Amino acid sequence: MKKSIQLVLGALIVFFVSSFVETDTLLGKGYKIGDVAEDFTLKNVDGKMVSLAGYKDAKGFIVVFTCNTCPYAVMYEDRIIALNKKYASKGYPVIAIMPNNINVKPGDNMQAMKKRAEDKGFDFPYLMDEGQNVYPKFGATKTPHVYILKKTNKGNVVKYIGAIDDNYKDASAVKTKYVEHAVDALLVGREVKQKETKAIGCSIKV
Amino acid sequence: MKLKALFIAILIIASCKHVDQETVEIKEDENKKLNLIVNSSNVKLEVYNFKAFEKFLNLKDDKVYVINFWATWCAPCVKELPYFEKLNELYNDKNVEVILVSLDFPHLYDSKLKPFIKERKLISKVIALDDVDMNTWIPKVDDKWSGSIPATIIYRNDNKKFFERSFTYEELELEVMRFIN
Repeated sequence: MKKSIQLVLGALIVFFVSSFVETDTLLGKGYKIGDVAEDFTLKNVDGKMVSLAGYKDAKGFIVVFTCNTCPYAVMYEDRIIALNKKYASKGYPVIAIMPNNINVKPGDNMQAMKKRAEDKGFDFPYLMDEGQNVYPKFGATKTPHVYILKKTNKGNVVKYIGAIDDNYKDASAVKTKYVEHAVDALLVGREVKQKETKAIGCSIKV
Repeated sequence: MKLKALFIAILIIASCKHVDQETVEIKEDENKKLNLIVNSSNVKLEVYNFKAFEKFLNLKDDKVYVINFWATWCAPCVKELPYFEKLNELYNDKNVEVILVSLDFPHLYDSKLKPFIKERKLISKVIALDDVDMNTWIPKVDDKWSGSIPATIIYRNDNKKFFERSFTYEELELEVMRFIN
């Protein structure tokens, strides 16, 4: 009898501990809207190190976690290029970061990133999150995953987290350009209306 | 004679009307469900928009439903598919149903998804969810879901658990057991 109670107790403890661990890992970690994003220094496809502090004239940043191998990310490549064309000159350049473990996804290694950047004519940095220390700080879970930062006296404040727009399939059928609306608002000193959006993406490979 | 002609005419009109009504009904049905069955390479695939799909998240028939969101292009999803298949095989008669919800791109249903279903001989129910307005439907699946796949919901009536992660077979079985016991 005693033994069986012990067993039941043991099972209960295992149950509670495991469910706790699970919720713990599931809960959204990383930056929330309004948080100050820490700067990073990551290697670009041109071999140079890039950090946000290097952008003296920027008013903010469109940080995009993306990669070569995710079909959703690929579908958004042209739109990411267009975002940089439109907003870099206005003070909001695109900073693309590849967060995947390249041992799991060799197609995302530096050589492949270089080739992709050349083939597509990326005119923004395409950085490797070597050691995978940066994406967890942001709390990015997938590619593509966008964080818009606004430069303030406090630092780079997170103003938007989410998707680029509301139609991955067809850029011409997009109804709401989430990222553009957010940057447009920031440029004229208004609050971002839709601060967070959701979209399907490829899980970041660890 | 005249009466007979009139009778036939009425019959024809009546039958036409009937046919009309039927087509209208089918159209309405399609609009409501947007559930078309694409049939090629012997694999039938039910395609849903989110509104039509939502019912699979709210079945209250005391069964344990294991709803897995996946895609053929998602490597960790493909890796864990056999575990869902095994679960389906071993727990089918224990009131557990696995539904594999493909998020493959519609233009690849015929060239990628259907051949995949055929080659892997998937036994579990596979349906496709095609709805671009993700920001609207992802939080309706679960407000904790950031949108990465694989993602899985296990539920029984009003008791639901959501997972944005990969599973081993043992982990999956353990979670399902919690709903059975």
